[in-house]
Amino acid sequence: MIVDIGIVAIKAFLVLFMVLNLAGLLGWVERKGSALIQDRIGANRASIFGFAGMGLVNTLIADPLKFLTKEDFVPPSGDRFLHTLAPCLALFPALVTFAVIPFGDVLYLGDRVINLQVANLNVGILYIFAMGSLGVYGLVIGAWASNNKFSLLGGVRGSAQMISYEVALGLSVIGILMVYGTLELQEIARGQGALLRELLPESAGFLRATVGWLPAWGIFLQPVAFLLFFTAAVAETKRIPFDLPEAESELVAGSHVEYSGGKFLMFFAGEFAEIVTAAGLMTTLFFGGWQVPYLMRDGFHFPWGASILLPHVAVVLLQVGAFTFKVLFFCWLQILLRWTVPRFRYDQVMRLGWKMLLPVALVNVMITALVVLYMQHNP
Amino acid sequence: MSVPETKIDTKNLPAEIMELQMGPSHPATHGTIKFNLRLEGEKVLDCDVEVGYLHRGFAKSCEQVTWTQVIPYTDRLNYASPLINNVGYAMAVEKLIGAETPPRCQYIRVIVSELSRIFDHLTCCGMASSELGAITAGFYMIEAREMIMRIIENLTGARLTVTYVRIGGLKHDLPQDFADSVNRTFKIIRKLLDDCDRLLSRNRIFIDRMSNIGVISKEKAISYSLTGPILRASGVNYDVRKTNPYLVYDQFDFDVPLGTKGDNYDRFVCRIQEIEQSMKIVEQALKSLPVGPVWIEDPRFVLPDKEKVYNSIEGLMHHFKIIMEGIHVPPGETYFAVEGGNGELGFYLVSDGAGRPYRVRVRPPCFIAMGAFHEMIEGYLLADIVPTFGMINMIGGECDR
Repeated sequence: MIVDIGIVAIKAFLVLFMVLNLAGLLGWVERKGSALIQDRIGANRASIFGFAGMGLVNTLIADPLKFLTKEDFVPPSGDRFLHTLAPCLALFPALVTFAVIPFGDVLYLGDRVINLQVANLNVGILYIFAMGSLGVYGLVIGAWASNNKFSLLGGVRGSAQMISYEVALGLSVIGILMVYGTLELQEIARGQGALLRELLPESAGFLRATVGWLPAWGIFLQPVAFLLFFTAAVAETKRIPFDLPEAESELVAGSHVEYSGGKFLMFFAGEFAEIVTAAGLMTTLFFGGWQVPYLMRDGFHFPWGASILLPHVAVVLLQVGAFTFKVLFFCWLQILLRWTVPRFRYDQVMRLGWKMLLPVALVNVMITALVVLYMQHNP
Repeated sequence: MSVPETKIDTKNLPAEIMELQMGPSHPATHGTIKFNLRLEGEKVLDCDVEVGYLHRGFAKSCEQVTWTQVIPYTDRLNYASPLINNVGYAMAVEKLIGAETPPRCQYIRVIVSELSRIFDHLTCCGMASSELGAITAGFYMIEAREMIMRIIENLTGARLTVTYVRIGGLKHDLPQDFADSVNRTFKIIRKLLDDCDRLLSRNRIFIDRMSNIGVISKEKAISYSLTGPILRASGVNYDVRKTNPYLVYDQFDFDVPLGTKGDNYDRFVCRIQEIEQSMKIVEQALKSLPVGPVWIEDPRFVLPDKEKVYNSIEGLMHHFKIIMEGIHVPPGETYFAVEGGNGELGFYLVSDGAGRPYRVRVRPPCFIAMGAFHEMIEGYLLADIVPTFGMINMIGGECDR
């Protein structure tokens, strides 16, 4: 019993540690990456004994230290309690969401079977949406407690935007749920280990011959859902092109205009943690999670018959490595997007959410349902 | 059971009009300006523009110094295109004197004016796009701008406060490798602008943010006496270089890009196309650059050679009189306008025959554009202020003087 609790605690700590550090590292990637994109040098000033580490010292040590030593300003007419509560509310959901995302299959340690996932909830997806929806409170309460017109406008924008995009986000996932027939994220990840030809019916012989060798990842079964999910997830992280709550050119810093020091750092870290979570979700739902194509529990089995057997530890390491690689890729994709496109206007974001994403998501759900029904009757 | 019938009138929900003061210290109000806004939700009902935060008393300062000493002050008008200001002022004084500069001087003035115009347009478009969130495209334009800056630095020795043009001439001739460096730079700028075009001008989000925003009709634009890219974006073919050709502009082959709708996107496209036209002018001018002096030959307005100053009493006195008293501009008044980066940049000068100006008044294009700003923005959303204000390219030094 104690050992079980210990294992869960270690997993929880490991995941939290990874997410927080990845969030910090993303700050560095964002600064240096944007410099790379824009032909600049980027952060390189702070150094320890002359060691700047490509700006790592700057972003991982100097920046947080600077934030933590700044004055913690609360507007005199603001609400002190809510003003302090808001950053916690913003950071908390971003961190706990990762708990249900599996980062590997199972690890056999002696006679113990460890599921490489912090919490194996059977309603994993619902939990993610529940926690994701809480994020809006941090934003709105912080904006309201600041008692500032700019932050109020940012808060109103933020609440409308996040609630609108949650609808599209939820609907885009419905297709995935129908295809894999489960709400459990670990099961969804396992379901993506099959090959397409195992899922396709006998009648679709042409498809089986041409694309049958592909793994049954969500992106191949639900490509439209992926685009919808990606768009909505970026909107949920409130970054360019959807950074309307903090649109710095018109609302100064929008919802966190009155935040400084450690509290601002919490909002900041929350934003990056959301990026990591969004990347984790995209990986798990659409890109096979921890799956490496053709890698089974005992090694590689290629569709043309060859197979390479691997020890169990190597397989687990490959899986965790693949998951990490995919998450990092999607983090980078989001950062790349942020430095490429301009910002939407508030009404354009609403129009995109309600008039384009939502109908497309509904149509996608309908078509998926029909196909799934047809396949069930014609196996 | 009787349930009281409540009728909710969704169109008349209780709402208050929010008054918001945007600026003077606000990321969008660069150049220091304040918008007193009345908002209904995010819709701008009323926009009262407050200018003057950067007022330095330009006109009064000019009356305290000699005609020549005004030139450094003109650098600080539109600091995105200081060379055009120099040219405009010097030509206004020359009009009062009745002098015409030699052809080489005129060609060089055209070249530096057009380089400044490229610089100005790159600043405007780059800043506007980075304010819309397309920071990368903005940086590409800033990179192109930096290259123009290098040329100007090589030519004048200063990056911003150039003070290159003189009344009746230029501080000095072009450096040896000028034409080569300009041609090299233009090649890179064309590539950068091509990148920006792919990144920005055909980007759906950018087009949505810019088109049909800040529209001002042809008639309104004329009635507010707008000039420059804003007027041309509304479809009025008015460019001082074409309508009242000065210098040697009539000898070059260039087009005046016109818009149709008068919205921000047209303004943006007009400016980007004008960059190309300006590069064309510079290339033509460099090809046909005549050889000769860059100063007029009139000892009343031109400093003598140093050799004469140091070796003859006449030369020394001549130098002393010009430096201490200033050049004596014949009494009279004049107005002379050049096409600045943002529109018609006019200088109205009054001389009483003394060595100092009696009155200097500048017609700054962006001050007049700010007068029409409320027309452009009322009825649009708060976020539309950013691109609209950005495309006016208000420069505090010129607007507030």
